[in-house]
Amino acid sequence: MEKLSKILITIQGNFVAPRFDMVSEVLIASTDGQKLIDKPRTILISRPSADELCSFITKEDISIVVCGGIEERHHKYLSWTKKKIFDSVIGPYEEALQLVLENRLVSGTILPGAVGDGACP
Amino acid sequence: MNLENGLVESMKLSSLHQIAVSELLNGFPHAIIILDTGLRVVEMNCYLEALTGYTSAQARGVYGSFILRCNLGPKNQHFHKALETGEPISIEGNIINRNHRKIPIQFTISPLRSESGNLVGLLVALEDISVLQNKSQRIYDGTDVILGHSPKMQEVFGLMPVLAHTDASVLLTGETGTGKDIIAEAIHKASKRARHPFIKVNCGALPESLLESELFGYVRGAFTGAVKDKPGMFRLAHDGTIFLTEIGDLPMPLQVKILSVLDDKEFYPVGGTQKIKVDVRVIAATHRDLREQIQNGKFREDLFYRLNVLRIHLPPLREREGDIRLLLDHFLREFNSKLNKSIKGFTTNAHNKLLSYPYPGNVRELRNIIEYAANICQGKRVRSEHLPQYIFTHQVSSSMLQPKAYDNGQQEEISPPESFKPRGGNWNDIEKEMILQALTKTRGNRSQAAEILGWGRTTLWRKLKMHGFT
Repeated sequence: MEKLSKILITIQGNFVAPRFDMVSEVLIASTDGQKLIDKPRTILISRPSADELCSFITKEDISIVVCGGIEERHHKYLSWTKKKIFDSVIGPYEEALQLVLENRLVSGTILPGAVGDGACP
Repeated sequence: MNLENGLVESMKLSSLHQIAVSELLNGFPHAIIILDTGLRVVEMNCYLEALTGYTSAQARGVYGSFILRCNLGPKNQHFHKALETGEPISIEGNIINRNHRKIPIQFTISPLRSESGNLVGLLVALEDISVLQNKSQRIYDGTDVILGHSPKMQEVFGLMPVLAHTDASVLLTGETGTGKDIIAEAIHKASKRARHPFIKVNCGALPESLLESELFGYVRGAFTGAVKDKPGMFRLAHDGTIFLTEIGDLPMPLQVKILSVLDDKEFYPVGGTQKIKVDVRVIAATHRDLREQIQNGKFREDLFYRLNVLRIHLPPLREREGDIRLLLDHFLREFNSKLNKSIKGFTTNAHNKLLSYPYPGNVRELRNIIEYAANICQGKRVRSEHLPQYIFTHQVSSSMLQPKAYDNGQQEEISPPESFKPRGGNWNDIEKEMILQALTKTRGNRSQAAEILGWGRTTLWRKLKMHGFT
């Protein structure tokens, strides 16, 4: 049986949020390593704070974090607590989640949906 | 009419091509980005590439807020306001770049109009104000932040304006923690290149192949995984200064390439066939004895002489008479303010201990000791028990190096714990040994080991990484 893991994506509208320290919404998805085992849920964060988000990630036992810009100390903290981090990801969070499931996401990816015609999020 | 065409028309340069626009932007002394009315990136200049870590080609068409990653509000209110009112806006904020660095920025957002007067987009200029904002790091003339009244430091201060007003290569030597990085940045900020990028590269931090790509960039297809061009640090530092720290650890093959860049001011990126011309000032630093490295065949003599045009040797703290007292007061004031405390000073015992300690890690170590003490101290004066334990254990080995420093009849009431008996050697070895002993004692539990060492977990993690334990 595959090991269950939890993915957290910092979001802003339909996109991966550009900054970790200004996030007010996150998406949490559980996966068996290949597919989602539950419908992803979104959680609103009352006060944007990178420190509190780090604590939340630890408390929720998240194993994979997908985010945009993140400061060195928070990146190091998450790495140290053995979280897998994909940072500087730009684009729709659904595309990012799909790439995580396919094991194809890398830090710094600019997803195809990032270049869009819609209004700026 | 799109924004770029609008620009062309408004400037009456009908033949201006997209490349010409980017070159035009490169002529500005600031990082610049042009956004269309949908706030997507139309173009950005090389300074913004250096600042954000994204290339123009990557950024084109992407929403500007995703590239800039600034803190000007999640809804880009200021950009929208400039578009609505047609008035320029200047505001302070910050960005987080791809290297995880938060940089304070002065944003100037100016609306762009076509010849017919329609708003076609925004021009955003970003000025790095980290130096201005951080008063504790005032480094324009060096003397402001680099404290020191000792004759040796006065010599350094006397040389700095001279170094700033020439364009020759500079070699900074000195032990770890003596302030080589700060001096390098101070020279850059006081030079005519101050408005251009200051790029720091640690030559000892990366393996040879990666370092070459990092320094000189690569072209698409140069090797597996090179899916797009990467500009490289020399190119990003164009018109500015590149600071090569730990130059003594630079692998021999790369030394040849650096020498060639210094001589010809041009280079080939990895896998590239076209030479790239750069105008970059090189400041190099090392804690190693380069002449000894040359004798051991680890450093090229010709590169040494090429770098050694101007040289500053930064004295270790133990040779800076009177400066320890000055720095103790300075850092105590700094941490009082940062931690919102009101510590008045040190007890005699603690002060004597701090004055007699040899500081193998120099100013950096002294600052860390005061930061530790200021955090631990809950009273009005820092006592011996508020100081990190290792400075008491260090007395044994350091007394061999500095016998006079301890010949002052002062006795400390705290004796070193048995578990921390360093066997001598340099500071790195002692620190390594202390970490190993603490980890052995706690059977690898890092939290407990950090507690024993009197460090935070992050500090322990950083030091584990520094010593290659992870």
